Amino acid sequence: MLKLPIRIGLQRKRQIWAYIFLLIPMAFFLFIRLAPTLFAFNMSLRDWNPLSPEQPFVGLKNFAKIVTELENPKSVTRKAFQNTFLYVILGVPSQLVLSLAIALMLNHIRRLIGLFRAVYFLPFVTSTVAIAWVWRWMYQPQFGPLNVWLDLLGLPQQPFLRSPQQALPAITAVAVWHGMGFAIIIFLAGLKQIPEVYYEAARIDGAGRWALFRHITIPLLNPTIVYLTVLQTISFLRMFTEVLNMTRQGDGGPLNSTTTVVLRVYREGFGSLNMGFAAALTVVLFAIILMITIIQLRFLTRRFEY
Amino acid sequence: MTVADGELTRKIFVARRETGRGWGELILQGISYFFLTFGGLSMVVPFLWMVGTSLKPAGEIYQTSFFPSSPTLANYQEVIFRTEFPHWYLNSLIVAIISTTSVAFFDTLAGYTFAKFDFPLKNLMFLLILSTLMVPTEMLIIPWYIMSVKFNWVDTYWGIAFPGVITASGVFLMRQFMTGVPNELIDAARIDGLWEFGIFYRIAAPLVRPAIAALCIFNFLGNWNAFIWPLIVTSKRLTMTLPVGLSFFSGEAGSDWHLIMTGATLSVIPLMTVVIIFQRQIIQGIALTGLKA
Repeated sequence: MLKLPIRIGLQRKRQIWAYIFLLIPMAFFLFIRLAPTLFAFNMSLRDWNPLSPEQPFVGLKNFAKIVTELENPKSVTRKAFQNTFLYVILGVPSQLVLSLAIALMLNHIRRLIGLFRAVYFLPFVTSTVAIAWVWRWMYQPQFGPLNVWLDLLGLPQQPFLRSPQQALPAITAVAVWHGMGFAIIIFLAGLKQIPEVYYEAARIDGAGRWALFRHITIPLLNPTIVYLTVLQTISFLRMFTEVLNMTRQGDGGPLNSTTTVVLRVYREGFGSLNMGFAAALTVVLFAIILMITIIQLRFLTRRFEY
Repeated sequence: MTVADGELTRKIFVARRETGRGWGELILQGISYFFLTFGGLSMVVPFLWMVGTSLKPAGEIYQTSFFPSSPTLANYQEVIFRTEFPHWYLNSLIVAIISTTSVAFFDTLAGYTFAKFDFPLKNLMFLLILSTLMVPTEMLIIPWYIMSVKFNWVDTYWGIAFPGVITASGVFLMRQFMTGVPNELIDAARIDGLWEFGIFYRIAAPLVRPAIAALCIFNFLGNWNAFIWPLIVTSKRLTMTLPVGLSFFSGEAGSDWHLIMTGATLSVIPLMTVVIIFQRQIIQGIALTGLKA
């Protein structure tokens, strides 16, 4: 009976310590993360120009403008959304397939594993800006190595970044190349977690290579595939740095063929100072990312029957 | 008997399959090496081309050879002494050090508190932190910019660093690792009269050192390579970070590809050297944490 107050006192003391420890982190998340998020929603409902003294509330006008622009086949905003989805559709599957293939091969060979792993990892730790400029130089007409090699092989030279048809796939290729090292390492970690006994047991049952891959590797790798798909989809939806640095004047050209939603946000918000409209665009981007994440987690995490 | 028999049949069976696989296995290995080499070259060649161009004199850049016939360091001299490159370097370094130090301390402390303390509103607070992970940075840059203008943070180190001084993913990660620290150790330290912060700093934090190291490496890489926010919050050439400076410099250099590639080489090589040295730890860190820089 006598001890009770002391116990409560100790517990109180610990609680106070917990709040002290969390004081700065919680202040950070409230003021630097949560409040600006709410502020972005608020801005998206206003005609916000930082230079004018008033930022009048306009309701859903900015969102209505996005819808009108999406309906207009010639608008840059529509092009930006189309391109962004194209980046995802081209980029995510090719990145997954290529990095899984490389991870499987790395898992299969017996020598030089460390060397190969380091080599594939190299681009991942390099800044996107530097990589964008190196590839811009690689893609140069006439003198760029890619066109020189095409010449050597007797194939016609390609305009790459200067053609409205080829620019987007060319930029996607760079993004895939850049992110591959990360995906390979995650796949390798996933492959390591599959117990060798499963393969042995299946082999004894007479399963061939393809059956092993199809019925053991893929199902057991499912959590890894989901994780990477979500991560890569989000990063392709946020495509910006590559496009800004690989197109002339960072305009998302030629003919807006490579522009993205985030590039629109940048140009509208910090170029034309239409910050309300730019904020509305980011709200839409947020909604898309949230939706896609939820859908992917739903569909890809279904359990496999063995 | 029957068990041994079964075992024997199994062994024979496996052995048969092994010998049967011999040739297929060899071919498969060959194909793997072939494609891995091809892919590996495609990873390295752009960097070689970058370094090669940076060593070429201006007159030679449109020659299609990979390496210059008369290599020169003149481009490096020009970029280092005639541009703001040294400033950009220093700015990037300072910002990366500020945010990495802060992340290492606060993320670990918050992770420890969520793992080892019980207090009212704990779950709500943790949920709030996790929910900020869902909001893409792009949505926050406009409010951050308005904030920075209001508080005069534009063109300051704090202005560039503040969005990243604590990270939700880091708090989550450290909570996971801190859960593994035995409660007995913490209680023993309490009985010995160590104060609560001492328990964190002397007992808990050292036990999760590998996780802290991984967190630091990714945070440093992420900050070093960050582009969109530093681009927005800096307006003067002298306050830019390396990626922003490189982007501006390259945009202005027009077709002086030898200078652009020199800038790219300068921005890539130091970090790449560090990464090659710590390659094993970094790769293990990624596999351990799943973090993306």
